[in-house]
Amino acid sequence: MSALLTLEGLGKDWFGVPAVEGLTLSIAPGEVLGLIGENGAGKSTLMNMIGGVVPPTRGRMLWEGQPYAPASAADATAEGVAFIHQELNLFGNLSIAENILIDGFPRRMGLIDRRAMARATEALMARLDLDLSPDRPVGTLVAGEKQLVEIAKALHRRARLIIFDEPTTSLTTREIERLFSLIDRLRAEGTAMIYISHILGDVVRVADRVAVLRDGSLVGEGPVDDFPVPRMIHSMIGRELADVFPPRRIAPPDAPPVLEVEGLSAPGVIEDVSLTVREGEVVGLFGLMGAGRSELARILFGLDPAERGRVRLGGQALHGGPRERIAAGMGFVTENRREEGLMMDASVRDNLALAALGQFAAGPLGLVDREKVGAAAQAMQQDLRIKAADLARQPVRSLSGGNQQKVVLGKWLLSRPHLLILDEPTRGVDVGARAEIYAIVNRLAEEGCGVLMISSELDELKGMCDRIAVMRGGEITGERSRAGGYRDADLVALAFGEQAAA
Amino acid sequence: MTAIDAPAPVPARQRRGFLARLLGSEYFVLWLTVGYFLVLLPFLPTLGTPANLVNLLSNMWPLLVVAIGQTFVMAVAGIDLSQGAVMALTSTLAAALLATGADPAVLAKAPIWGVLLSERGGLLDGRGGVGLALGLGLAVLAAVAVGLMNGIAVARFRMPPFMVTLVAMMIAGAFAIWLTQSENIRNLPEQFIALGKGDIVSVYFGARTESQLPRREVYPLVTYPAIVAIIVAVLAHWLLERTVFGRQVIAVGANRRAAEISGVPVVRVLILAFALSALFAAIGGLLYAARLEAGRPTLGSGTFLLDVIGATVIGGTSLFGGKARVIWTVFGVAFFVLLSNSLNLMNLSSFHVDMVKGAVILGAALLDVARTRLTRQALP
Repeated sequence: MSALLTLEGLGKDWFGVPAVEGLTLSIAPGEVLGLIGENGAGKSTLMNMIGGVVPPTRGRMLWEGQPYAPASAADATAEGVAFIHQELNLFGNLSIAENILIDGFPRRMGLIDRRAMARATEALMARLDLDLSPDRPVGTLVAGEKQLVEIAKALHRRARLIIFDEPTTSLTTREIERLFSLIDRLRAEGTAMIYISHILGDVVRVADRVAVLRDGSLVGEGPVDDFPVPRMIHSMIGRELADVFPPRRIAPPDAPPVLEVEGLSAPGVIEDVSLTVREGEVVGLFGLMGAGRSELARILFGLDPAERGRVRLGGQALHGGPRERIAAGMGFVTENRREEGLMMDASVRDNLALAALGQFAAGPLGLVDREKVGAAAQAMQQDLRIKAADLARQPVRSLSGGNQQKVVLGKWLLSRPHLLILDEPTRGVDVGARAEIYAIVNRLAEEGCGVLMISSELDELKGMCDRIAVMRGGEITGERSRAGGYRDADLVALAFGEQAAA
Repeated sequence: MTAIDAPAPVPARQRRGFLARLLGSEYFVLWLTVGYFLVLLPFLPTLGTPANLVNLLSNMWPLLVVAIGQTFVMAVAGIDLSQGAVMALTSTLAAALLATGADPAVLAKAPIWGVLLSERGGLLDGRGGVGLALGLGLAVLAAVAVGLMNGIAVARFRMPPFMVTLVAMMIAGAFAIWLTQSENIRNLPEQFIALGKGDIVSVYFGARTESQLPRREVYPLVTYPAIVAIIVAVLAHWLLERTVFGRQVIAVGANRRAAEISGVPVVRVLILAFALSALFAAIGGLLYAARLEAGRPTLGSGTFLLDVIGATVIGGTSLFGGKARVIWTVFGVAFFVLLSNSLNLMNLSSFHVDMVKGAVILGAALLDVARTRLTRQALP
């Protein structure tokens, strides 16, 4: 069987750092390739290259033996590549028919031919066993139906390679079964598919071949029968622990607790979460995307409500929103610093001072002592080694990702927290700044601050944490301590919910 | 967090040249104003006469007070379209409460006739300074109530400021007109009218030939509106730049979510910003009423709002929030008043004046985009 798409030594650098390296892989018509790897292993970059979103830095792609270099997503679509994303790209206010035919409405005398539209849509929908009126607004459909509309769109464009990116995250069991039988049918019709998922059982069910990415490289590839779930897990993880983690004094096990969470629940988000963080302890929170880790953090910080359960900080029950939590001694480094962490166009100094404004104010009118702010910002700059030329005038937008993240950290350090929640603190941060951030966290812990660290990177958690709690589906599925030793397979199995032995 | 030196540009590199530095300057609009004045002066000598300069200043003060209010709302990424209507409401209420008498032929049909106002004057007339203060205070209070409602709708119910204040404009404006059935209320007490004049320091140009100076050649330089406006500007500047509240206003406008997570009481800050906007509009409205010697229910309608928003934006305050300074608004108002004045002196019709003003606002918006891009490029 000749290959539909062939990748030859494909590589992509982001700012000089390879995200994908030396990838050689091919996919044949009528074949389903399961693509697995940890978050940040390079899956998205690879898909973006195939989809024409970003050009490769090295190597080349072949489409039916001809060089394939899509300059845009539209090029890739024209060639026959279709994406079914996690976040579906549909217009909720438009009908099914309009969504499917959006890139070329059938016309009659310059006007849209509604009847031809309905006919075309009905034919496609019959192929997918989707029994709905073509006039239904897509916004009224359930997740599974929306996905089928997306697939119908792909079929309408005569897609020959369909890429599914985590297609089952929002589907019910029955919808998943329907999707799988559809994939089987498309395979029989000769459509090539790439199936990306964290749910390894699904990959086993649906894929013919498996490719495993780790750190941007292909580390395993073969027929699905050669890849039982434990081997998949083993291939995905298991890189050397780098020396970026500075040694740290382990927190005494009898240290008083800072954060006590008991039976915290918010329907559909988190379920019966109990957790303790002691003084000077760094506790990790591992899990896949969507496992409820960030949601838990938001609830702990009072940004979202909880229905049941208790949160105590230093023995005091917590109520109210972020204001009250900050006053009680909490800090929260959010996962997306641009949207929730920083005022991008404001100066470094203004950003640093934001959470601790009250400290710098005097008098009943709250007059800010500018010299105090300036001095504190300067001290923080030296302390965290923030590379900025002019604290008072330079907007944080102009800093590098690592330095931006240090500004967020500095903002919270100025408010002297007893508990700091870090959500993906090293995302988009280069290796050098990463090590510095780890050192800052360690020092903070040594000073007695409790740290709750959310990360998708197992190495980071293993290197940093006294304990690691694992979440899946909004629940804590297990907790391991450094003393008991961390085993990757064990932690990943907890996150994936697979029974796997390493 | 004390951005007295502004959240704005990092010093542009020398080779970026004079134009870039001028555009990036904090005082760009001031230079623009001065430049415009100097360029036009040879062609329009009346522009520089003492009478016109005094006229320029007296036009500037009430507008400045109102525009400073708008600055606070824009700083939180909002807009306040109800300022004109709030001014009308304030001036009408204050006049109704304080008038020394009223003509039944004009006002007998008004709903407030016999309630707040009668032939013998307003409810609080003839009670001396206390009555005056009470009357002005009540009118301002009504305005602040409108502002609070705007703020609550925006902050608590998360309604778009444009819609909220548009509705407030319609309702408050119509209410003011209904109160008097669209009639002006005259016969304001002397002390009220004095608020619009008050030549505390006057200047006289010319030789001192007679012991009695000719009245029309004496130009009032320091007036009550000037004092009020300057006090308001200084207080507002201080509030925005130096206090925790001011820094929170900027933070909410710069990034509402980040502000919330950093413990800024976003809802309170938003409500207060809209209340301040209405408060300053009310003060401006009273100054206008004093100058017109009447409470006017149609005050601040028409293109007045264009002047306020135009002046504020030209000053450099961003419509998208997080970038605002009172001093910028002072420059913006100065430029705008000069622009209107010069266009009037050219004997253009009011239509032409508005067209040119609109074009200038457009130009200012484009300049703002260019400045933002420039300062971003200038970054290391």
